[in-house]
Amino acid sequence: MSPTILHLISYACVVVLILAMVIKSKKILSFPLHLRWELYPVAHEGKKASYGGSFMEEVDWWTKPRHSSMIGELKVMIPEILFLKALWESNRSHWVSSFPFHFGLYLLVFTIVLFIVGAVMAMAGVDMAAEAGFTGVLNSATGIIGVAGLILTALGSIGLLLRRLTDREYAPYTTGADIFNLVFFLAAMLAGLYVAFLTESGIAATRGYIQSLITFDLGAQAAGTPVVVMVLLFSLLTAYVPLTHMSHFFTKYFMYHHVRWDDSPNNDGKADEKIMEYLNYKVSWDAPHINSKGKKTWAEVATENPFQEKEETK
Amino acid sequence: MSKNIFKNFSDPSKPLGHVDPKDLMPLPAPYDTDEARKVWKELNGSAREKFETNLDDTIGIGIPKPESKEEEQELVRKFLSGLEKLFTKENNWTFLQPLTLSMEHCAKCQTCSDACHIYEASGRNEMYRPSCRSEVLRRIYFKYLKPGGKFFSKWQHGAIELNWTTVARLAELSYRCNLCRRCAQTCPIGVDNGLIGHEIRKLFSQEMGISAKEIHEDGSALQLKVGSSTGMNDLVVKDNIDFIDEDMEDMTGIKVETPWDKADADVLLIHNAGEILAWPENPGAFAIILEAAGIKWTLSSELAAYDGINYGLWYDDAQLARVAIKHAQAAKNLGVKKIVIGECGHANKALTVIADRVLTGDLNVPRENAMTLLDDIVTSGRLKLDPSRNDFPVTLHDPCNMVRLQGVVEPQRRILRKICPQFREMYPHGVDNYCCGGGSGFAIMSRHNFTDWRFNVAGRKKMQQILDAFSDDLSPETKKYLCAPCSNCKGQFRDMLSYYDAWEKCGILYGGLVELIVNCMEDAKPGFIEWEWH
Repeated sequence: MSPTILHLISYACVVVLILAMVIKSKKILSFPLHLRWELYPVAHEGKKASYGGSFMEEVDWWTKPRHSSMIGELKVMIPEILFLKALWESNRSHWVSSFPFHFGLYLLVFTIVLFIVGAVMAMAGVDMAAEAGFTGVLNSATGIIGVAGLILTALGSIGLLLRRLTDREYAPYTTGADIFNLVFFLAAMLAGLYVAFLTESGIAATRGYIQSLITFDLGAQAAGTPVVVMVLLFSLLTAYVPLTHMSHFFTKYFMYHHVRWDDSPNNDGKADEKIMEYLNYKVSWDAPHINSKGKKTWAEVATENPFQEKEETK
Repeated sequence: MSKNIFKNFSDPSKPLGHVDPKDLMPLPAPYDTDEARKVWKELNGSAREKFETNLDDTIGIGIPKPESKEEEQELVRKFLSGLEKLFTKENNWTFLQPLTLSMEHCAKCQTCSDACHIYEASGRNEMYRPSCRSEVLRRIYFKYLKPGGKFFSKWQHGAIELNWTTVARLAELSYRCNLCRRCAQTCPIGVDNGLIGHEIRKLFSQEMGISAKEIHEDGSALQLKVGSSTGMNDLVVKDNIDFIDEDMEDMTGIKVETPWDKADADVLLIHNAGEILAWPENPGAFAIILEAAGIKWTLSSELAAYDGINYGLWYDDAQLARVAIKHAQAAKNLGVKKIVIGECGHANKALTVIADRVLTGDLNVPRENAMTLLDDIVTSGRLKLDPSRNDFPVTLHDPCNMVRLQGVVEPQRRILRKICPQFREMYPHGVDNYCCGGGSGFAIMSRHNFTDWRFNVAGRKKMQQILDAFSDDLSPETKKYLCAPCSNCKGQFRDMLSYYDAWEKCGILYGGLVELIVNCMEDAKPGFIEWEWH
């Protein structure tokens, strides 16, 4: 494959990743403010969060200051994101595969950061072949963390794949795409491991490619077919993931902060303006007790009483 | 069934599944023998002829069978039209964001399954898996609503065929979930199968006019028509409260006169009106406590405002908003400082949490759960209490709507710890509790053979928890009290404990929280709780 095409594919995939994340986030944020649907424990409720209590446990709660604990949220979010705590607690057998899969990916993202640091250092004239000092530490860390990430994700992919293919509970719910997704991840990880263990200077070659991406050196040759295959698979994976349900890696934020933990009361009327806008939406639900046909607003539907009116006309 | 459940879902030739009593989760003694196993009522021929029954040989909502293929096709068309509306902001601004997030991000890890009491109690019956109904809707959503769905969704999201059988089964299946959201609590991603069940019910009600008769016609519609789902109008309810006041004086020696429509009261108390008819000692006990605590309170006789129920919460946003606005309007008209909702979980959640973003301006009257006010009264020492009068085993059932869905966990416990020397918890409890099995309207649904399903499947886990909580002495001679501060849950317990003869076999009585408070008030005659109430 020509180096220019490979570079263009990599750029395009990163653009798809960013665009998909931006567009999806904007779409989610464009939805109207929904009715409160929080689920306790709500992590920012401070001491009450330890047993699932809320501000509504206080007499005359609306007269008291609201406290929202960011530390409380972090105490839940960090173990959840890093260690998949909910799975550990509620579905241990799935965690055994899912944790290495996800944690491996975190390590790989961190590895890319280390590659970028190394590439910038090389661009600044630092001899990245040096084995001593910070350069040596960086090279070792990049190799160890990267390989650990590849192995963990590969093992996780195999575990999840086996589960999808053999577990009776999963079989009816498993689709062709589910299998494809895991095979795709596994293929990318195996390509990475091949480069790491079976090619010379895998780290240097990968860093070189990342450096050429940073400097827009489209003509720079990737060092050998294994590196090209690895780059291609990782690039495509980068673009593919946010287009699927696996976008939960960032939409999970909305599911927790905008739904599960969204307990903001409207006693101060701050949401009134938005709600009034929504109450003016025209409704088209067709059941007899609404019977709007697109003519009534939400406010009209909510304030009419078709049952009482029927009684009066008798 | 399990392997092909989504293929079989549209196959009208045989029931999708069957609940075999032998597969059910075992109950502890004295219900652990073959003899103790209950016999299920079989559906009769005319019910089978008239209604759709091929989900699980049980009728929850009772959908009439279409009379022709054309009618079937029209109903499928309406279903798709409703599905489309469910994903527009104009029609569903109320839940569009959480619904879309839950529809598009499930990883199908099945972590939710073990959290579901219905799935567990049924012996892990595939059709009751919490993700099953969501998956059916999800497949239809991706196939029919998303661009290119007819070409790619089978590979990406799984195959589903949409016909009348699929639609009718999905409707019934949305009434095999208590909407307790315990499954959502365990989801690592935040997917909410309870919400999806709720939205399916809405689609059927708001677009097709299909819902459980007990919830709509005899429930929220009746409430909006005469003032209460009990059928009581304002005159009847006032008469009943007069009788209750008289009874309270006889029972406690304390004279009470329940105030009606007092302008500028501090508290507008709204009961579930079912209490007034079925458990009159509950509103009576409230009156005694509030009077003794010196609270300036009132009831309202405005339409719907003397009945806190809001069944719309379970199936219909229009009905939810209509009733919530009536409650708030009554409070505004009286100029009260706050609304306090009595011992009713769904009424509390509907008015304090869900309606919070429906009530704007001066309709957003402050609203509070009765547990917090009672906690304040009891722990502040405003009542003279003698806990030795409550010296019998007591356990607490946590209504999902108060606890997991409102975060009111500790107030009721503080009271029980103070007034009940033998209080013990169920396990798990608090926000991890299990539903009573009557949630989301089931407690009032009893046509055909639904009660058998409700007690054997939906309520089974709770029955196990109750028996475990009292396992140190299950003999009928030792009288035990199951405290359920929720009218709906009490309805389930009344019927389920009776179904299992739990009073006769184990000496278990159920009741509310205020009854325990009055039972230990020094100013009241002893023996307010009458064990004959079972």
